[in-house]
Amino acid sequence: MGTKRKIDPFFCITVFSTVTVVVFILFPLTEMVLQPSVQDLKDTICDPDVLGSIWLSIYTSGMAALISFLIGTPFAYLLARKDFFGKKLVESIIDLPIMIPHPVVGIAILGLAGKNHWLGQLMQQVGIQIMGTVTGIVTVLTFVGLPFYVNTVKAGFEAIPVRLENISRSLGASLSETFVRVTFRLAWRSMLVGIIMCSARAISEFGAVVIVAYHPMIAPVMIYERFTAYGIKYSQPVAVWLIVVSLLLFLLLRICSLPKENQK
Amino acid sequence: MIEIKDLFIKFPGFALEDINLSIQDGEFFMLLGPTGAGKTLILEAIAGIVPITSGRILVKGKEITHLPPEQRGTSIVYQDYALFPHLSVLKNITYGLRYHKNDPKASEKWVTRLMEQLGLQALAQRSIHNLSGGEKQRIALARALAVNPSVLLLDEPLSALDPNFREDIRDLLKKLHQEVETTFLMVTHDFAEAMFLGQRMAVLNYGKIDQIGPVQEVFKKPATPFAAKFMGIKNVFHASFKDTTARVNNLELHLQSPPEENKRYVAIRPEDIIISKNGASGDDNNSFQSKVSGVTDRGPYYEVSTRTGDVIFRVMLSKNDFFKLELQKGKDIHLSIRSSDIHVF
Repeated sequence: MGTKRKIDPFFCITVFSTVTVVVFILFPLTEMVLQPSVQDLKDTICDPDVLGSIWLSIYTSGMAALISFLIGTPFAYLLARKDFFGKKLVESIIDLPIMIPHPVVGIAILGLAGKNHWLGQLMQQVGIQIMGTVTGIVTVLTFVGLPFYVNTVKAGFEAIPVRLENISRSLGASLSETFVRVTFRLAWRSMLVGIIMCSARAISEFGAVVIVAYHPMIAPVMIYERFTAYGIKYSQPVAVWLIVVSLLLFLLLRICSLPKENQK
Repeated sequence: MIEIKDLFIKFPGFALEDINLSIQDGEFFMLLGPTGAGKTLILEAIAGIVPITSGRILVKGKEITHLPPEQRGTSIVYQDYALFPHLSVLKNITYGLRYHKNDPKASEKWVTRLMEQLGLQALAQRSIHNLSGGEKQRIALARALAVNPSVLLLDEPLSALDPNFREDIRDLLKKLHQEVETTFLMVTHDFAEAMFLGQRMAVLNYGKIDQIGPVQEVFKKPATPFAAKFMGIKNVFHASFKDTTARVNNLELHLQSPPEENKRYVAIRPEDIIISKNGASGDDNNSFQSKVSGVTDRGPYYEVSTRTGDVIFRVMLSKNDFFKLELQKGKDIHLSIRSSDIHVF
């Protein structure tokens, strides 16, 4: 009675770490968001170039997420459900774009699309151009965003008991009918989260895009250009608008992906 | 009729070997064995969910070995119910109907009848969340039977239930089996369940079948020490035989008749050994002095270990008998075993 409960030093370390991490992330961002005046922000958003670059960022990231959804979903399903020879290797390959320095990604894709490569020659013949085009930007963003989609959706599929699919099959549904009626219906939230992760990664990409397409200008490239040409004051308002628009979009998607109260 | 011929399934560290089974149409067949014996694997092989290494599976004379699960006419019910969480009770039950070309009115009538039998009408529009285990298992049964399968595969359907629901579902399974034409194949590790529900059973011991036969026969006359112990026979001894005498270490047991050749074991059910204070009466052919070496409270009964020479017998006693006999460790008692209760194999 009367003795004070001793606080464990490890608990103090966890609290200190939490505060440090939150401050480390939020402090520079908050400072940057608060520095431009309202007038600067208003002028910037009325600039058609800024609007165009933010829209291009959202559009190309969205396209990258859509492509990831279309080709990444069956791939993630295979990884989640089947064991095959070389599976670990395939899983490592999908993580490669996360590890490679971003300019290297740009250089690698340009190398393929160049005149000296058969693929580049083939693409030229069918009228596909990578260098300095929206196609090039989408290609690069898909490359960097795909691992985030595949890994998220794979975890989502793994969380669905395989017995539900077995039951569906034994009741007469084929593999594809089972995927549509059971697996997809239970995994769509993880797909939405995968789309968020993929487009979030894509919208923040700079290093790979600047190699493949300086123009048309996505928002991160515009921020960099304004910073190098005019200094920090001119780049900040564009950055603030990019953060605001991205945040709103991701918040909306995140709300859609939340389970209903009775499904938690 | 389900015929499984020379089934072999190999996994790293485990193999189902030489599985041969023949199950009659409309039979309630039990696959009994401990955890890890491969019981569920046999069910999933019949359902087409796990690939088999070799062997053949036939249902009603039709080879289904290489058919996909949706073309086999088998339905499976798991112990964890595996209901579709995004569908209502009714939609769960009617999930498979669209894949079976039945008259829609007949299907509707059949589903209504099933739901009535299983007491599910009031739950039809409910979400499957917040239902009891018993309700969920009834839905899983209705869903499986709604498509009129040739074979209903039941993977320990009573294991996850509370004891009061377990009895309900057990009774319901028996009733359903009597009312439908489907063959029931159920996996369990509980021999009491197998005795209550099954007509015949196979005892599975780490990937191999030890014994197949009518449940009463396997219960009374197990063919291997493993099957004997799994049937709750706690007194299984290696023995040598001469005429109508079995010798277990230094103890001689009188048998009803001379055993056939190649018999090596005797087995006595713990409830067939009689303990008395002052010697046996009547026609008991085997009676010995013994000493209580241990007492274990098993809930509804006591298990008493008694030592006779260097043989330890385990005896099951009702609580009433236990207190009447005033048993305690070290007490001298009398054991009696009828010759007819000694099983030789």
